[in-house]
Amino acid sequence: MTVVRIPPTLRAETGGERQVEAEGETVRDLLDDLVDRFPALRHQILAGDSLAPFVNVYVEGEDVRTLDGLETPVANGATVILLPAMAGGR
Amino acid sequence: MPTYRELLAQVKAHIDEIDSSRAHELLASDEPPALVDVRERDEWDEGHIPGAVHIPRGYLESRAESALPDRERPVIVYCASGARSAFGAKALEELGYGTVSSLAGGFTDWKRNGLPTQLPVALEPSKRKRYSRHLLIPEVGEAGQLKLLGSRILLVGAGGLGSPASLYLAAAGVGRLGIVDADVVDETNLQRQIAHSTQSLGEPKVDSARRTLEALNPDVEVKTYRERLTSENIDRILGEGWDVIVDGADNFPTRYLVNDASIWHGVPVVHGSIFRFEGQVTVFKPGEGPCYRCLFPQPPPPELAPSCAEGGVLGVLPGIIGSLQANEALKLVLGIGEPLVGRLLLFDALEASFTEVALRRDPACPVCGESPTITEYVDYVEFCQGTAAHA
Repeated sequence: MTVVRIPPTLRAETGGERQVEAEGETVRDLLDDLVDRFPALRHQILAGDSLAPFVNVYVEGEDVRTLDGLETPVANGATVILLPAMAGGR
Repeated sequence: MPTYRELLAQVKAHIDEIDSSRAHELLASDEPPALVDVRERDEWDEGHIPGAVHIPRGYLESRAESALPDRERPVIVYCASGARSAFGAKALEELGYGTVSSLAGGFTDWKRNGLPTQLPVALEPSKRKRYSRHLLIPEVGEAGQLKLLGSRILLVGAGGLGSPASLYLAAAGVGRLGIVDADVVDETNLQRQIAHSTQSLGEPKVDSARRTLEALNPDVEVKTYRERLTSENIDRILGEGWDVIVDGADNFPTRYLVNDASIWHGVPVVHGSIFRFEGQVTVFKPGEGPCYRCLFPQPPPPELAPSCAEGGVLGVLPGIIGSLQANEALKLVLGIGEPLVGRLLLFDALEASFTEVALRRDPACPVCGESPTITEYVDYVEFCQGTAAHA
């Protein structure tokens, strides 16, 4: 099980949960598990078969795009953060 | 008991002395020694050797470590005639500085030999008092305060983030603050936008903010732009010359305009954003770190943008994030510390926790990458009109 931090802008899609558990040995498996259970998340984080260009996924503080993308391995107990673009300043 | 003359003679026998011409040669070399002026303030104000650090003799031991952190770097100490500096050199040796010498004949001999001197650019007494808590910090000091007074910072947005950021930057004595905002103050702003007040309801935010900032610190020149940033006006506004941009905009089109313009104008951006209980801060420094498009190559399509109706923000949150932005802006101007370049700081007010993630430059970035594909401004469709502007 891996804990995935859900950003405030996507909590409506996870029933208000700030973090949810998901299973998977890679980021792809993890996100597949996540969108299976929270289908409304799919379009917020995935574009077809890849990550949407307006969202970043961090595993242990590193952007998966700078690692192996969706194939980046996720160790048991790792911290995963979803981070979509957020514009508010007012 | 030795007399003063005897004591001075003893100290001079123990330390190294250097004459003006040799000191001048060393100071002009590729690896110049540190130069410390141990005279009193009024003597310093009448002229000193260029490049010297001023530490009055009485403070030499207590301030040496912060002013001269490298004990291996040779140090030359001088005073008016070479007596106080002899005692100063001895003190520095006792503090563990490896190579210390005293300028024989001091500043008097230096001047007599026609070597260069300079008059300090000094803060006037009223400023010395106002900024005294900055002057006491070695990393800021008088030179840093003069930098702040000569600096120019542009704030995009005079709302939740722009309010605290502009107040602290004005209080710190940033010489010129530009503020871009097209809105007027309304009642829903006052729960968090502390640059405005009940008296300024209905007034343009830039005017309300200007009044607040000028009341706080008349040293600051406030330049207002009562307009929304667009591809049409951004080059004009940025072209007026800014050292740092503090981005507290509330919408994606402005965020992307600011990013692209900052790359093309070469101005660092201190980026902040807030939503409910959470905020983010980072510094996008062109040429040194990633830009906003390295992080998010393009904005989400309007239908996937966070719902405006679900907005809202805890009143103090922009105070925290905007203050962190002011902190980064001051560090950039002063050239001190470790700015948040390549690091995104996430703050969660409910947990009272900070998390940091690494941001990297994307060689394929459409704006700052190796082969840019975006070379002119993009006016994205505005989503979340109305409520979003005050979310």
